[in-house]
Order: sequence, then structure tokens, then C-alpha cells
Amino acid sequence: MTRKNPVIALLAILVLGLAFAACGGDDESSTGGGGSSTSSGGGSESAGNEIQKVDGAESKPVITVGSKNFTEQFVLGEIYSQALEAAGFRVKKSLDIGSELIAHKALQGGKIDAYPEYTGTALTSFFGVKPADVPRDAQKAYEDTKAGFAKEDITALAPTPFENTYRLGMTKEGAAKVGDPKVISDLEGKEKDLKISGYPECNQRKDCLLGVQDAYGLKFGKFVTSQQPYQVLDSGAADVAFVFTTDGPLASGKYVILDDDKKFFPPYNVTFNIRNEALKNLGPEGQKVIEDVQKPMTEKVMQELNARVDVDKQKPEEVAKAYLQSAGFIPKS
Amino acid sequence: MSQVVAALGPFGDAFDFILHQRESQAGTVQVGGPGEIWELSWTHLKLSLAATAIATLIALPIGLWLGHIGRYQFLATSTSNIGRAVPALGLIVFFIAFLGVGFVNVCAALVLLAIPPIITNTYVGIRGVDRETVDAANGSGLTGMQVASKVELPLAMPTIMGGIRIAFVSVIATATVAPLANVDTLGRPIVSPNVYGTAGQLAACIVVALLTFAADAVLAAIQRAVTPRGIKIQANQGRLRGRVPFVSPKRSIQPT
Amino acid sequence: MADVSYVPILAQLGDDFFSNREGAAKRCPGNNGLCLGWIADNFTDYLDPLWEHVLLSIVPLAIGFVIATALALFAHRYRIMQPFFLFFVGTLFTIPSIAFYLILLNITGRGFTTAVVVLTAYTQVLIYRNVMIGLQEVPAETVDVAEGMGLTRRQILFRVELPMALPTIFAGLRIAASSTVGIAGFAFFAGAGGLGGEIFSDPAFKGNVVTASVLMILLAAVLELIVLVVQRAFTPWERAVAT
Repeated sequence: MTRKNPVIALLAILVLGLAFAACGGDDESSTGGGGSSTSSGGGSESAGNEIQKVDGAESKPVITVGSKNFTEQFVLGEIYSQALEAAGFRVKKSLDIGSELIAHKALQGGKIDAYPEYTGTALTSFFGVKPADVPRDAQKAYEDTKAGFAKEDITALAPTPFENTYRLGMTKEGAAKVGDPKVISDLEGKEKDLKISGYPECNQRKDCLLGVQDAYGLKFGKFVTSQQPYQVLDSGAADVAFVFTTDGPLASGKYVILDDDKKFFPPYNVTFNIRNEALKNLGPEGQKVIEDVQKPMTEKVMQELNARVDVDKQKPEEVAKAYLQSAGFIPKS
Repeated sequence: MSQVVAALGPFGDAFDFILHQRESQAGTVQVGGPGEIWELSWTHLKLSLAATAIATLIALPIGLWLGHIGRYQFLATSTSNIGRAVPALGLIVFFIAFLGVGFVNVCAALVLLAIPPIITNTYVGIRGVDRETVDAANGSGLTGMQVASKVELPLAMPTIMGGIRIAFVSVIATATVAPLANVDTLGRPIVSPNVYGTAGQLAACIVVALLTFAADAVLAAIQRAVTPRGIKIQANQGRLRGRVPFVSPKRSIQPT
Repeated sequence: MADVSYVPILAQLGDDFFSNREGAAKRCPGNNGLCLGWIADNFTDYLDPLWEHVLLSIVPLAIGFVIATALALFAHRYRIMQPFFLFFVGTLFTIPSIAFYLILLNITGRGFTTAVVVLTAYTQVLIYRNVMIGLQEVPAETVDVAEGMGLTRRQILFRVELPMALPTIFAGLRIAASSTVGIAGFAFFAGAGGLGGEIFSDPAFKGNVVTASVLMILLAAVLELIVLVVQRAFTPWERAVAT
């Protein structure tokens, strides 16, 4: 009787397995691309907010919308993408590209067509403006940003109402211990005993700890690296923390935000920056969609949206959809 | 020279990062250069050495005892199985989430990571010692402890050192994510590309790889040095030389 | 306030848009705790990364097995190559995984392919070594008998040596399986996603970290079990020894 050769059979199975596995595996998967179902016209609702389909949008080339790698960027990327899809454009989402330099390179190189960036970040990181030289007037900062991008054949569309800038935050209890400061200058004289926390590069950046030390003459006792400022504040590992004004946990009201009385921090409004050839495809109607959809975005609104992702652990896609529905841009499904 | 650097593309830039200090991407501080690389490497080395040393202190006696009495084999095998399966990143992040940041916490996580290979290899090495030799030693009147320390341990040394070598290499590799826990190892440029740039990121990768090779080579030399002469002669007679990270199941676990 | 003023806002979001978050930081999932309820509700979100991770584990194992076996067979025949091959695969294994992912990223780009190349490289030393040892442990007498029976070199290899080496080879494959699952945990550095990417996306949230880690451990265990089952199926003459 012939003995089955186990080795040959094993190799055969492996080859089959390889063939099966080769069907899977894809490079960077593009999420989305399909449009959300929108009914334009038809009903007698107030057409004031609802996004109208733009004629000929489907025949335009696919627009790739990117975003940087943190919550607010995911939410913004989703909002802009879903709004454009509601208007009939074909959108490819390429969110979570990386930090600002990687995103900028991707935009310049055409890997993405557009992404949301902060005016302050663009000026200091891309266009070489020293943090101290960035105009403190938000409109002027926007105009400088627009000029900077224009040189790269990129258009910065109108800025958002909110800005997501740095502040120093403390817990209510921690603030009470140092005399209830309201502005950063109130910490003068007391900061030597305080531990301050920031994200990993903060103590090396002039637009973070180094700049605050210079502008306010504050020398904090210790710097604690952390990606989770609120966790660190709650646990007491730090007394003060660098926070962002639209952080989700701020919506809980547990924290005190110290105002920037010396106006050290530059403005950080968001602009949707899009390559000019993609902007041509959007046309003026597409551009209006973007500018309209960001009008309700106040600081409080962004805190709420970010909180839904960070605290309630919802998905950015759902949060964006809920925002668009609540504001009336897309119909409630 | 600069043409060579340019031709190497991103790698050329990375080498330049190691050799010369430069201004960070946001233009605010000086980064890079031999000074900073050395500091980061030193912290990385300190962390890895501490974790491996502590892990050896814990795991070696346990593996030695288990191997000597020859029972509870399932303990050794399940430790190695679980240890292999637990993801390194999950372990570190888990510790950070539950214990907080800091050198001690990261070190503790790395110790847990290093223990399984050392226990496994110690156990396997001790069990792999020729039974006749152990019998002879017992017969000569040596006590259990003496047999374990004077006979089994030296003969098992190559395998044990192999385990320590594996543990050390994995610890160095995982210590790369320590910056997330406030410990600035060579992983810092990797998690902060905004300050260090892609050149810095790549440079850190290259330095970590070189560090690992160096550490592995040093341990390999130690491994050779502690191999008793008799085993070296035996090894030269046509059997496989070099590292023995895992020993064949037939040879090691099956009772003779 | 740095508000930029222009045309009044078209849409207003009513007060009901804002949730009351007063106690949110103390309840799941706001407190970043273990949150079993949240895990149960959102478990399906982990299925996609799990599938990515499965592919990231199986493909390198399959390809790596073929390559390592080929290398080992070659080195078995031409002994002079042994130290070189061993050095080569050993060196690959020594490169720290994150460094390997990032370095290769700059050569082959982000994505699944880069991660697979790295993971395949890591399987080499484990499988190559065990194939070599397995072949070498075949007793010389057995090979002599086979030669005496008139079998050709090729027949001896496939009918005698390899089958006898199978337990050791499978042991190496098992170890490579769980090892690959673990190293694939860092594959997100190469842009390939996987369960490691899930952990990294919210490392403070204990529920997330635990779910992704447990899934990885389970995947490693299942893969090892599969290899064990295959081993027992293919070596019926030998009770497979559990390592």
C-alpha cells in the first residue's frame, strides 16, 4: 500500500494557504468613498442649512481628504468629508496621516488633496515664522497663512470660528490650593513648587514650555511628559498641564483654564487647505459647502464633539454625522 | 562626501543627524548630534540592563530549581507559551495605564517581558544535562545543591546564556517605546518626529539596531566564555554551533 | 477671544446638543476603566483589526516557512554555507522590530507589504534553525540503511530525513507562529494596522488595551493549536511532544 508522503501533502497545503492569503492584504485601505444617502429637494424643510447636491459633482475626480493624527482632526476630517459627500462629490478619506510635517508633505506631493490645519501651526512649522512673530490677531494670522499656502499652489479656505490653542489647565482643587489663579500670570511666584505636564516635545519647543517660561518668566518645578494631561492632573502627578482649548474632558467642568493674559500663544483657527487643482473641481458651490459646514463650530461645540470621541468613546465618523444632522446640514436618517 | 550623503537619501540625512547637531523642525531647539544620541543611548542601556539583570535574578533560580527536580514541567512550558504570546506593546501600555509613568514602572513591565525566555532556557538547559553525569555526581556524594550549582549549572550555561541573550535583545527592542512613560530612551525621536524630523526618527532606528547588535555580540562572547571546554570540543565535532535560542523538543523535555 | 467674525452663523445648535458631562469622568467609559459593557457593545469594532492581524501573522509564516526550509535544505546539502546562513538569519532577528519597520518604510513605503517583509524576516531564524537541527538529528545509521537500500540522495531527503525531522520543524513553526503574532503588534509603525494599532490609538483606555491584548494572545494560542493539530496529523507515527 502506498504510504502517503506527509511532506509533499504538507507543502501542497501551504501553497494553497499562500494562495488564499494572497487574496487578502491591501496597502493603506481607504475608508469611505461611498456617498451618504441624501435627499435633495423633495421635502418642504427649510432649505436654509441642508446641503444641496452640486451639479456634476459625481463626474469630478475623487477628492482625497486627509487629517492629522488626533481626535479633533479625525472629527474635522470626517465632517468635511461627509459634507462633500452629501453635496455629491466622490470623497476618499485618508485620515490619520501623521503629524503636521507628514501631512504637509502629503498635501504638497498630491497624496491628499486637502486637510484641515491650524493657522498658528502652519505659520510656525511650515512658513518659518518664529512663534513670537506670529500676529496675535486671528484675521491677520489667517491672511498670512493664506499667503504662505498660495505660494505652494494651495488655497486656505475661510477660517473656523473656534481656535484650538494652548492654555494651562489645573483641577479645581489644585487651583484652589494656589489661590484660584485666573490667568497664567497669577502663577508667578508659586510655580517653583508646581509640576507641569506636557506632550513629549513640549519642553523643547518655543511654542510650548520654553516660550511660556520666556514670556511669563515662570520657572516650573518639574516637567512631566505625558500624552494624557487630564489623567496626570487627576492623579496628581502634575499640578498644571498644557491643554488645548477644545479638549473633550474640558466639557466636564472639572478643570480651571488659565487665560493667556500676555497673549503668548498664537491664534490657532482651522483652515481647510486644498490644492488649487482640487479646488477647481470643487467649484464655488463645493467651497461654499465647506465654509458653511464649519460656521457652527464654536469652541463649546468642538469641546462637545471631542468629548464624544475621547470621553464617550464614540467613533469620529458617528460624531461627525450627528453634528451634521443636529445642525441641519444632512437630514436625520 | 556630501554627494554620498545625498545619494543615500533619507539614510544620508539620518547619519548626518547622528553626527551633527541641527535645529529642530519647528526651529526652536537644537537636537541631534553625538551628545544627545549618547544621552538617549545611555538611558536606553541603563533601562535594558536593569530590567534584564532583575529578570535574571528572579528567573534563573526558579528555572534552576524546576530543572533540577525535574518536575512541574508544565510550569516551564506554559510560562514560555504565555510569555511568547503576550504582546510587548500591550504589556508596556497596560503597565502605564495601571501604574502610571516613570522609570520603575517601565522597568517592571520589561522585567515581566524578560522572565519567560530566561526561565525556559534555564529549565531546558538544566534538563538537557547528560543524566549520567548527574548520576555520577550524585553518586560521588555531592548534595543536591552542590550538584545543581557545580555540575548542572556550568554544563547548562551555554543554553542559559542563550536565554539571557534573547531576553536582553527583546528588552532593548521594547525599551524603544519607553518615552511614552516619560523615560527618554532612543525611542524619543521615534515618537516625536515633529521635533526630530524623519531624519531623527531614522537615526534613532539605526542607533537602536547598532546598539542591539553590539549587546548581542557582547553576550555572545560571554556565552562562549562560560561554555565549559568539554562542551566546546563536543560542539566542534560537527554539531550546530552558535546561538541556541530554543532547543529541540525531543532532546530537552522528554524524560530519558 | 480670537473669534473671526463674518456672516452670521446659518445653523444654530440648540442647548440639547450638549450632553451633561458632570459625572462622565467617573463612569465608564469616561473613566478609562475596564468597562466590560463598552467592550461588549463595541466588540465588532475590533474584528477588522483582528482580521488584519490574522493576515499579518499567516502570510509571513507561510512565506517564511518556504524560504527558511529552502535555505535549510540548501545548507544541509552544502555544509559550507551553514555558518553564513546562520549568521544572516540571526542578524535579521536581532534588529529591533520598530527600527526594522521604520527603516524599511523608507525603502518600500507604508503598508501591508512592508510589514510582511519585516515579519517574514523574523520567522527565518526560528524556522531555519529548527529545520537544520531536525535534519541533523536524524541518526546517521538510519541514513546509512537507506543508502544501503538503494535510495537516491533526493529520496533519502524526502522519504527519510524530512519526515523524521518533522516534529522539530513543527516545533519551530509553532514558536514562529506566536512570535509573529507578537511582533505584528508593532506593525502599525509600518502603516499596516493590526491590533497593535488599536492599542496605540487609545492607550489610556484600559478596556481598549485589554481587549486588543487578549485578542492577540488568543490569536497566538489558536495559531499554535492549529500547527499542533497539523503536526499530529502529519506525524502519526510519533506522539507529538508538547513543548
